[in-house]
Amino acid sequence: MTDGTTAPLIEVEHLTMRFGGLVAVDDVSFAGRPREITAIIGPNGAGKTTVFNCITGFYKPTVGRLTLRGEPDYLLERMLGHEVGQKAKVARTFQNIRLFPGMTVLENLLVAQHNKLMRASGMSVFGLLGLKRYRAAEAAAIDKARQWLERIGLVADADRPAGELPYGAQRRLEIARAMCTDPRLLCLDEPAAGLNPRESSELNELLVSIRDLDGVGVLLIEHDMSVVMRISDHVVVLDYGRKIAEGAPQAMQNDPAVIRAYLGTAEDDADA
Amino acid sequence: MRDRLPALVKDAALTALVAAALGLFIVGFKTRDAGQGLFFDYQLVDLAVAVATIFFGRLGLQLASLGLKWPSFALGAALGVIGAAPLELPSTFLHWFVVIAGVLIILRTIWPWANAALATARHSQRGRAFGQRGAKWFGAILLAAAVLMPFTSFADQKTMDLAVLILTYVMLGWGLNIVVGLAGLLDLGYVAFYAVGAYSYALLSTQYGLNFWMVLPLAGMFAAAFGLVLGFPVLRLRGDYLAIVTMGFGEIIRLVLLNWVDLSNGPAGIGGIPGPTLFGAVFAETAPAGKQTFAEMVGIPFTSNQRLIYLYYIILLLALVTNFFTQRVRRLPVGRAWEALREDETACKALGINPTNTKLTAFAVGAMFAGFAGSFFAAKQRFISPESFTFIESAIILSIVVLGGMGSQIGVVLAAVLLIGLPEWFRDLGAYRMIVFGLAMVLIMVFRPRGLIAHREPSVRLHPARAGP
Amino acid sequence: MAYFSQQLINAITLGAIYGLIAIGYTMVYGIIGMINFAHGEVFMIGAFISLIGFMICGTLGISSAPVAILLVLLMAMAFTAVYGWTIERTAYRPLRGSFKLAPLISAIGVSILLQNYVQLAQGARPKPAGSVIEGGYTLFSADGFDVRVAWLQIVIVVVTVVLMAGFSWIIAATPLGRQQRACEQDMKMAALLGVDVDRTISLTFVMGAALAAVAGMMFMMYYGVVDFFIGFLAGIKAFTAAVLGGIGSLPGAMLGGLLIGLIEVFWAGYFTSEYKDVAVFAILVLVLIFRPTGLLGKPEIEKV
Ligand SMILES: Nc1ncnc2c1ncn2[C@@H]1O[C@H](COP(=O)(O)OP(=O)(O)OP(=O)(O)O)[C@@H](O)[C@H]1O
Ligand SMILES: [Mg+2]
Repeated sequence: MTDGTTAPLIEVEHLTMRFGGLVAVDDVSFAGRPREITAIIGPNGAGKTTVFNCITGFYKPTVGRLTLRGEPDYLLERMLGHEVGQKAKVARTFQNIRLFPGMTVLENLLVAQHNKLMRASGMSVFGLLGLKRYRAAEAAAIDKARQWLERIGLVADADRPAGELPYGAQRRLEIARAMCTDPRLLCLDEPAAGLNPRESSELNELLVSIRDLDGVGVLLIEHDMSVVMRISDHVVVLDYGRKIAEGAPQAMQNDPAVIRAYLGTAEDDADA
Repeated sequence: MRDRLPALVKDAALTALVAAALGLFIVGFKTRDAGQGLFFDYQLVDLAVAVATIFFGRLGLQLASLGLKWPSFALGAALGVIGAAPLELPSTFLHWFVVIAGVLIILRTIWPWANAALATARHSQRGRAFGQRGAKWFGAILLAAAVLMPFTSFADQKTMDLAVLILTYVMLGWGLNIVVGLAGLLDLGYVAFYAVGAYSYALLSTQYGLNFWMVLPLAGMFAAAFGLVLGFPVLRLRGDYLAIVTMGFGEIIRLVLLNWVDLSNGPAGIGGIPGPTLFGAVFAETAPAGKQTFAEMVGIPFTSNQRLIYLYYIILLLALVTNFFTQRVRRLPVGRAWEALREDETACKALGINPTNTKLTAFAVGAMFAGFAGSFFAAKQRFISPESFTFIESAIILSIVVLGGMGSQIGVVLAAVLLIGLPEWFRDLGAYRMIVFGLAMVLIMVFRPRGLIAHREPSVRLHPARAGP
Repeated sequence: MAYFSQQLINAITLGAIYGLIAIGYTMVYGIIGMINFAHGEVFMIGAFISLIGFMICGTLGISSAPVAILLVLLMAMAFTAVYGWTIERTAYRPLRGSFKLAPLISAIGVSILLQNYVQLAQGARPKPAGSVIEGGYTLFSADGFDVRVAWLQIVIVVVTVVLMAGFSWIIAATPLGRQQRACEQDMKMAALLGVDVDRTISLTFVMGAALAAVAGMMFMMYYGVVDFFIGFLAGIKAFTAAVLGGIGSLPGAMLGGLLIGLIEVFWAGYFTSEYKDVAVFAILVLVLIFRPTGLLGKPEIEKV
C-alpha cells in the first residue's frame, strides 16, 4: 500500500457499471493522490476505460460514488458530461486519439482554454468589439499554448492541421490539449500505445514533469509494464471488472493474483 | 486493351441495364391527364437513347479511368458530335444529355493531366504565395466590383434584379454557413427563420406602421428566439435527428402560415408592404401624405432604378455584415468551439465545453441572419405568401453552402452566382435546375466533400510570417 | 361510437402504409446508422410505378383485379428495389468513412434529384388514378351512420400484415437476416467473420425499397391520386413512426406506423384537418426530447 501521507484527490468508492447483462466494472474502489501517478492496469476488456468514462462523466455509473476532493468537493457521478471538465477540472485523453483533426495544432490548444477565454470575451461581446481585455486574454492563451508546444516539441508544427501530424505527435498533442484546461486530475488512456521506444521514453519524461512540475494528479491506463514500473507511484489492477490487487509497483509485479490474471494474455502484452 | 475490352463492355452493359430498369416506367411511359381519366404516351425511344448514351458514357469513363486516353477521347468526341447533330430526337433534352455525356468523358480523360498541373502550380513556391495573396486580392476586387456595380453600364433593370437576388442568397448562404459549415449542424429548415423575418416585417409594417430599419433588428431577434426555442430541445440529439426535426419545423411554420388566416392572411398572403425608406424618404414616384420621395429630397429626377439601387445597397450591406460577423467570430472562442464541435463533440465535452449551449448559439445566430434576410425579402417583394418559404428554398440555400465548400465564404459567393445566376440568365434551364442541384450535392459529397473551395484558413497563426503549411 | 369505429378503420389502413415505409428507415438506420432521407422519394417512385403498371395492365387487357394487383405489386417491388440498390451503390457507399454530414447531405441530394426527375418525366400535376377495387362491406349502422370497411382497406391491411410477417421472418430466421443483425452489432467484426458487408447493406436497401413500393402502391390505390411531392410528407411521417416505435426496431416501426395513423386520422376527425401534420411533427419532437429511444428501442450508450 502507499504510505498515505497526502490526502486523496480522487476517491472511487464501490463503482459498478452494467451494460445490460454485462458487468463491465464491479464494485471497484481506489483513490488517486495529487502529485502522484496512479496506474490502472489489467488485461483487455477489464473495464479500465469504463472506469475513466465514469469518472469523466461520459457514463452514469450504475452504483458508486466518485469524489473529487477540493474546495468544494465534487460528486462526479452527479455531474453532466462537460461539467466534469469545466467545474471539477478533470481532463482526459482517449484510447483512440480524438483531436480536432481539421483545426491546427495551435487551435486545438486554444479550444482547450475555451471556458477561460469565453469569460474574457464577455460571452463574445467584448471579443466582437475587439476590446483590449479580450485581446490580452487571447495573447495569454496563445502564450500558454506555445509553452506546451515547446514542452512537447511541436512549435514548428503549430499552424498545421492536427490530423496531419504523425501518430506519436498526435498523442503528445492530446496530452498537451488536456493540460491546457488547467486540470487538477489528468486521466490518460493508454498514451503510450503505438509509440516507438524513443517516443515512449520521451512520454515518460513528460508525464513525470506533469506530475512534478505542474502538480497534477494523474490516472494512467497502461499496458506496457516497463512504463508502469518506471513512473507510477501506485498501481490498481483490474480483471473482469473487479479490482484484484492494489499497491506499490514492485509489489504488484510479484503478486500471485496479478500474475494469474495476466498469464492468459501474456503474449498480447509482450509487444503492446 | 484487347483483353480488358470484354470486361469493360460487360460493365457498361450492366450499368445500362440498371439504367433501363430505373427508367422503364418513369421515363418510358409518360402519363397524361386528358380530362376524362389518365392516359400515357410511349416514350420508349427517349428511354432507348438515354440508355444507349449511358452505355457509351460508362464505357468512356471506364476507358478514361484506365488511362486509355485516345479511345476515351474519341468516344467522348463522338458522343458530343452525335448529340449536337441535327438528328430527329424526341426532345432537346436528349440532345443535351448526349452532349453532356461526351463532355464528361473528355473532362475525365484530361482530368489526371489537369489535376497534376494544378497540383504542381499549387505546391510551387510562387503558386503558394499567389494563392495566399490571390485570395485576399480576389475578395477585395470582388467587393469593389460589387460596390461600383450599380454605376456601370451593366446596371439595367434585369441585371440589378438578378444581382439583388444573388446577394440575398449569398447572405442566406453565409448565414447558413455558420450553422452548417462552422458548427456542423445540418439545418434543413433554414427557410423557417427566413419566413419569421419576412412575416415580422410584413405584419409590423402593415399593422403598426413601423419602418424597415426599426423592424430589421426586431426581425432578427424574433428569428433568433425561434431558433432558441426550437434548438433547445433538439440540439442535444444526434445530428441526423436535428436534420429531420428542422425539416419538419420548416414545414410546420409554412403550414401555420397557411392556416392561421387571422395572423398571416393564409394562402392569399400579405400585400402592400412598404419598401425600405432612407432617412424617411420613400422610393416611389409620389410620396404618401406627409412624406417625401428620395428624388425630391436629393433634388434629382425620379427613375424607377433608384429603388432597385437602394435595395441593392441594403442587401449588400446586410450580406457584408454577415460576412464580417462570421470572419470575426471565427477568431473568437465561441467560433473555435463551433468548429471543434463539428470536428469531435466527444472531445469537446471532455474539455469542459457545453455542447448544447454552444450549438444553440450557432443555431440562433444563423437564424438571426435569416431573419434579417427575410425582412429584406418582404420589403423588396412588397408581397409575401407562404409559397415563398417551401422546403425547396431551404434545399437551395443548403446546396449553395455545400457546393461552395462548407465554411468557405468565397465559395458561397461562387456557388450562389453559379446556382442562382446561371439558371436565371438561361431561363430554359429552370426546369432542370433542381435536378442539377440534387445531382451536384451528391457528386460533391462523393468527389469533393470539402466543396469547390476547400481551403480552410486557420483562425490564428503562431508563425504569421511563415504562412502556408 | 359509429364515427369512432369508422375513424379507427381508416386509421389502421393509413397506419399500415406508414408502417411499411417506416421499416425501410429503421432497417437502414439499424445497419449503417444513417437516416435515409431519400426513402420518402423511393416510396413516391413506387407509387408512380404502380400507377403506370396498372395502366399497362389495362392496355394489355388484364381485367381481373386480383391478377392485376399481384402483377403490379411484384413489378413495383422489383423495379423500385433497383432504385434502392442504385441509391446505396452510387450515393452512399462511396461515402463510408467520409465526414459525418456527408451521407446526410448526399441523401438530401438524392431526394431532390428524384423528386425533380419524376416531375420532369411525368409532369407536376397530380395524377388521378382510377380505382382498382370498389365497394366494401357495411359492418353496422348506428346514430344514422354506416360504418363501412372498403374491400380496398382489407386488401391493404392483409397485404401489409403478410409482408411484414414475411420480412420479420427473413430477418429472424434466414442467413441473410443473421448477417444483417451481425452487421448491426459490429460491422468490422462481421466482416472479419466472413460476412459480405457490402452485399448485406445492399440487400437491406433493396428490401426497404421493395416495402416502400408496396406502401406506394397502397397509397396510390387508397387516395387515388399521386404526384411527385407525396414522398416528402409521407417520408417525414414514416420517419416519425420509426422514431416513435424505436428506431432500429422492426416491431417498433410497425407499432409506430399504426400510432401515427391513429394520431393523424383522429386529429383530423376530431380537431382540425389543417393541423394534422403539425400534430405529427409535434409528436416527433416530443418523442425525441423525452424518449429518444422510442417505445421499443434499446437505449444506446455511445462508446468512447
Ligand atoms: N457503451 C458500452 N456498451 C456496452 N458495453 C460496453 C460499453 N463500453 C464498454 N463496454 C464493455 O465493457 C467491458 C470493458 O470495456 P473497457 O473498454 O472498459 O475495457 P478496457 O479495460 O479499457 O480494455 P482495453 O484494454 O481493451 O482498452 C468490455 O466487455 C466492453 O465491451
Ligand atoms: Mg480501454
